[in-house]
Amino acid sequence: MSLESRVSEIIIDKLGVKPEQVTMEAQFDTDLGADSIDQYELIMGFEDAFGLRIDEDEATKLTTVGKVIDYLKTKDLDQ
Amino acid sequence: MQKLVVVTGAARGIGYSISEKLIKSGWSVAGCDVLKDDLMAASDKLGDSFKPWVLDITDEKAVQETSAGIEKEQGPVFGLVNNAGITRDGLIMRMEKKDWDIVLNVNLTGAFLMCRAFSRGMLRQKEGSIVNISSVVALLGAPGQANYASTKAGLLGLTRSLSREYAARNIRVNAVAPGFIETEMTRDLPEKVREDYADRVPMKRMGQPDSIADAVHFLLDDVSSYITGIVLPVDGGLTT
Repeated sequence: MSLESRVSEIIIDKLGVKPEQVTMEAQFDTDLGADSIDQYELIMGFEDAFGLRIDEDEATKLTTVGKVIDYLKTKDLDQ
Repeated sequence: MQKLVVVTGAARGIGYSISEKLIKSGWSVAGCDVLKDDLMAASDKLGDSFKPWVLDITDEKAVQETSAGIEKEQGPVFGLVNNAGITRDGLIMRMEKKDWDIVLNVNLTGAFLMCRAFSRGMLRQKEGSIVNISSVVALLGAPGQANYASTKAGLLGLTRSLSREYAARNIRVNAVAPGFIETEMTRDLPEKVREDYADRVPMKRMGQPDSIADAVHFLLDDVSSYITGIVLPVDGGLTT
């Protein structure tokens, strides 16, 4: 499964949104309705799924689906 | 499965009673305290369901390491009881800043660090219960205890804010406000002072640590599953 699909799956699962809502440009807060704790849980979900730690400074910059994918592409991930 | 609860200040007094009560109820305890000898003595008495962790809760790094250690060795943490507390009493005119700082660091900052360290695991498990041990002085104030009372009132703000952050995540956060309880901290007071204390309580007696332990157990347990963000006074009617 591609990185994009895995990220989408986590977002759909955590936020209960429809697959077609999860576009690269989608903002977690305004487009996908995530509050701040939802966003924290999403970060935890990515950490668990890909076996990495995302620190607070980086986490706050990951505001869209595309930014998460771009960020994860720069990392050495558990696939 | 045995639920695991982290208790700070577990070596003596109310923290020891809480640990004892939880273990008798079939739970397991990660008992944290900075007093190593007392903690080891408590551990000997409380048996295998109690694991001692020597910890200074004001040390951010140590809190992180210990929380990771507890989760690794004892498993997922269901409950947290922020009980550790100290006093450095004095009239405010004579209160040195170091006495203000250390009481704030232990009683309030320590509780914050512990809440932060363990809430991650609770979010992951989608369940948890935190109980902060406040005091009647949070509500009444007490001459000579401006530092202590401020921290105990601060714990109520922490309790209510966290309860709102986590209410929809099945993590409950409550506080217990003990009144005059017979512990090592109050046992050394002169007889006359203790009698005066007891006299101010509508029930005309001081409380026992067991009463606090029962209230904490109630708030941790699923029997109180619709209760979050409350302050439960256990004080013989003192704050009524």
